[in-house]
Amino acid sequence: MRKKVSIPQLITISSPICLLLLWEFCSQFEILDPRFFPAPTLIIQTLVQMGESGELFTHVTVSLTRIVFGFLLGVIPAICIGLLMGMYRYFRHFFSPIIMIFMPIPTLAMLPIILILFGIGEFSKMITIAISVFFPVAINTAAGVANIDKIYVDVAKNYQANAKDFFFKIALPGSLPVMLEGIQMGQAIALLTIVAAEMIGANSGIGYLIWMNYKAFLLPQMYVGLLLISFFGYFFSLLLRGIERKLLPWK
Amino acid sequence: MSKIEINQLSKKFIKRNKYIEALQDITLSIQPGEFVCLLGPSGCGKTTLLRILANLEKTSTGEVKIHQTDKEKPLQSMVFQENGIIPWLTVEENVAFGLKMRHLPSAYIKERTDYYLYKVGLTNFKRLYPKELSGGMKQRVSIARAFANDPEILLMDEPFAALDEQNKFILQEELLSIWQETKKTVLFITHSIDEALLLSDRILLMSSQPGRIVKDINIEMERPRSIEKVRSDPAMTDIFLDVWEHLQNEVKQARL
Repeated sequence: MRKKVSIPQLITISSPICLLLLWEFCSQFEILDPRFFPAPTLIIQTLVQMGESGELFTHVTVSLTRIVFGFLLGVIPAICIGLLMGMYRYFRHFFSPIIMIFMPIPTLAMLPIILILFGIGEFSKMITIAISVFFPVAINTAAGVANIDKIYVDVAKNYQANAKDFFFKIALPGSLPVMLEGIQMGQAIALLTIVAAEMIGANSGIGYLIWMNYKAFLLPQMYVGLLLISFFGYFFSLLLRGIERKLLPWK
Repeated sequence: MSKIEINQLSKKFIKRNKYIEALQDITLSIQPGEFVCLLGPSGCGKTTLLRILANLEKTSTGEVKIHQTDKEKPLQSMVFQENGIIPWLTVEENVAFGLKMRHLPSAYIKERTDYYLYKVGLTNFKRLYPKELSGGMKQRVSIARAFANDPEILLMDEPFAALDEQNKFILQEELLSIWQETKKTVLFITHSIDEALLLSDRILLMSSQPGRIVKDINIEMERPRSIEKVRSDPAMTDIFLDVWEHLQNEVKQARL
């Protein structure tokens, strides 16, 4: 059986390939300075070498552990507080100003305070991610609950749903689509934050890998770091989209 | 013993620092098993009256009473206008919603849900989500949900208003056939005279704002009825014209 590839798909696949070919060409013929822009083939070679030595694996594991735990550490309280804010006016009035005050501060600007409070260990990196993920998720969750069509609230009331049933049958599933959008956003921010945080104050992780290799002028190795971030960013968003499809069969 | 008793009910809203009188001095009683249509121009407060009976809004003065014959039964269940079924629940879960909220035994829930799914012809669609249904099917789910809940009275808020003519006729006849089997007391809101004539034992005609009940018409045509029979019956034509004239006057007055 022949698999059919549509023209839009073909175009989508072709654009990164074109870019890579152009890059390879310019680098090989020194139109671009190969010291700064090593050829993609060379980067792939370096990736394989680093993979074989095991060095890569350590950095990736470290970063992923930080991301996963930091992410959970931020998402779980964000969902709880977001739901409370969406459901109860008084919670909303109480938490809104706090969120408004802290949200505009880039988490990285709070890194010094985080380091003072939690030291330079793993936990401080997780906290950094947790904080940056918290805001978009909490705000979207609250908005998700607030935007549930009034008629479903009436239906629940009319059919005598108690508080627990209302929460699990109406508030939670009804806010889920907007909440998941917030989680998608949080995921992107988490990746951004961890790389920057590792560049500033860490001695392992993908961000550290990029920064150290830049300082040592090992640019192919640095590009390997960039490649990894791009890969994981794409991987996480695919993963979340898959989860979304599982959780929202009714959309 | 009447099933629904409304005594000197009035309802006021505050809108932009002004009192708006939505309902004024409504007194009526509805007998068990009666199918009553509330007919009136839009904005006359008929939905407000229904929402008060549904316990979704409070009265300003006066009282409403629904007579309970069985302690186990809920007082009322409502069929909402459109989009009243919950999009994240399947057809089956939507029909079972009221029963589940009352935490009845699951075997009983299953039996009743299956029965009403069959009654509205949605057995084969029970695993689908509402987004996959047509407007008519959605309202069938809504009707099945209300009947499955087995309330003392049923409240219907223009359930067919958003449907096309053909679907409307089909659903009206389906509703009548389920109703005739269960003999529930129904209070049905509509702004369509044809619909009221076809469905009801009694039409309560409302004035435009503030909503009052200005006419109480008994429809004595024998059942089962069909839209053809209603259209060709001279007595019904007289009622139609009478109601039509009244509604036109009300709408004109509201414009002045």
